[in-house]
Amino acid sequence: MSKLTSMAEAIARFVPDGSSVALGLALEPLIPFAAGHEIIRQQRRNLTLIGPISDILFDQLIGAGCVEKIKAAWVGNVSEGLAHCYRRAAEQSIPRAIVIEEHSNFSIGLALLAARLGAPYIPTRSLLGSDIPRQNPTFRTQPSPLDGSPVLLVPAVHPDVTIIHVQRSDEEGNAHIWGNVGISEEAMLGARDVILVAEEIVPREVILSDPNRVLGPSFKVRAVVHEPWGAHPSAVQGYSNRDHQFYHEYHERTRTLEGFHAWLDEWVLQVPDRAAYVAKLGEERVRGLGVKEHRYAAPVDYGY
Amino acid sequence: MDYTPRELMVVCAARQIRDGENVFVGMRLPLIAFALAKRTHAPNCVGLFEVGIVRDEPSKELLYTMGDAPNITGAAWATSTMNVMGLLASGEVHLGFIGGAEVDRYGNLNTSMIGDWKHPTVRLPGSGGGADIASLSHRLAMIMQHDRRRLRERVDFVTSPGYGYPDEEGPAGAAWRERVGLPRGGPAALITTLGVFSFDAENGEALLQSYHPGTTIEKVQEQTGWKLRLAEDCRETVPPSDDELKVIKEYDPEGVWTG
Repeated sequence: MSKLTSMAEAIARFVPDGSSVALGLALEPLIPFAAGHEIIRQQRRNLTLIGPISDILFDQLIGAGCVEKIKAAWVGNVSEGLAHCYRRAAEQSIPRAIVIEEHSNFSIGLALLAARLGAPYIPTRSLLGSDIPRQNPTFRTQPSPLDGSPVLLVPAVHPDVTIIHVQRSDEEGNAHIWGNVGISEEAMLGARDVILVAEEIVPREVILSDPNRVLGPSFKVRAVVHEPWGAHPSAVQGYSNRDHQFYHEYHERTRTLEGFHAWLDEWVLQVPDRAAYVAKLGEERVRGLGVKEHRYAAPVDYGY
Repeated sequence: MDYTPRELMVVCAARQIRDGENVFVGMRLPLIAFALAKRTHAPNCVGLFEVGIVRDEPSKELLYTMGDAPNITGAAWATSTMNVMGLLASGEVHLGFIGGAEVDRYGNLNTSMIGDWKHPTVRLPGSGGGADIASLSHRLAMIMQHDRRRLRERVDFVTSPGYGYPDEEGPAGAAWRERVGLPRGGPAALITTLGVFSFDAENGEALLQSYHPGTTIEKVQEQTGWKLRLAEDCRETVPPSDDELKVIKEYDPEGVWTG
């Protein structure tokens, strides 16, 4: 059954106000910016954002007023530093107050792994002695029932919807992803609904020819969106490189609230869809970010 | 001086890496320190990246982030964060690098917020993997700018645990880490723009191990928020060799991170 939809329809159907949304799960690459921008255009409110580090996408959603709560390890701009909208929200409640539940990359991964395994929590020795468990009220520190040593219990976090950018998918949501995947697998399998955003839509046979490159089963997937360049300015291995300059420009332009609104207007609100965004980037910039030298893996033999 | 302060910090960071070690490589300067160590005294070290990458040779191009495409091409393992974090948690990582906004005399690091943490005056990005690296690696090396606002008697928020604090149950140091349940580790080095600190695991205190050429112990004290304790063999930092500088310049020719 084909699950192909437009981005606008996927967000309208599967990301209602108040939902918890996991995105940006591979850390710096494969960030679903096109989905985030559509969430902003549809003026979603009171979202809970779930992720490891977030390289400016959470900052944009926070600045646009979509977010009530953050469950993440880091919100910033990886190559530039601090996130200005996150700062304004946390320090001055602009555009609104947000609730922050601090995590580390490991703890948010464990929380999603617990969801994926159907476990109520996962114990760890990470973060013992850190103030993070004091700040985040969901954590518990207690003696292990096995030997009495202290353990931190990380409770399951269940996203309502996980949005994942992949290199290629068929219409049903059988998809290939490669490169580093961060906590994508835990977030996909721990979520109720999954939206896949794909650079390319390929025949089912292409995906089934290499089942080890599949992140999870297509029955978890509710919508497949064909959105080339949907992860810009983040990298997509084999398709495009990270646009470092774009992150720099965002950092400089969003220092002030007025600057952020001008940026948001220019790159999100006045841009109807991703095709218009790519046209706005321009041919030269797009070409400059493309793959310069292809490096294909050796084929593997699934024969028998 | 024919090298930059950051080049010197990269050299100091690389010297923390021993041959054959598994190193949790952070961002920016440690990325270059890993490349430098591989090319000089530690050809058999392995780099682990929390995004889900393991490399036994540096990337061919300078990285802006650890998830950049050149860091995946030619990797020994492209995988998940949980697989790499699992190696850290199970004790496979000898040395981890992290940076921070504030550190205190016991090597506790803050990357979360300045001021009262319920109403911060400055909201910093947060832990990322830093708190995990500080909790779980065998040795921790921290890299940061050196000034009084950053090297404080006590940080506002302990994102990444170092040697804790003295309390009614005992001293700071390795004993504190054991009390709170951390399985191993603790700070081994604090590398700053002015010098290098080692740590006394018995009481958790930072010891000035060396001060960089061009500065003095007095100048380091002026920029440090606690009364310095000196290591027995405290002396001037050995400057970078020509070979070390050559490797750094090859890897970062435009000085993006080391200029």
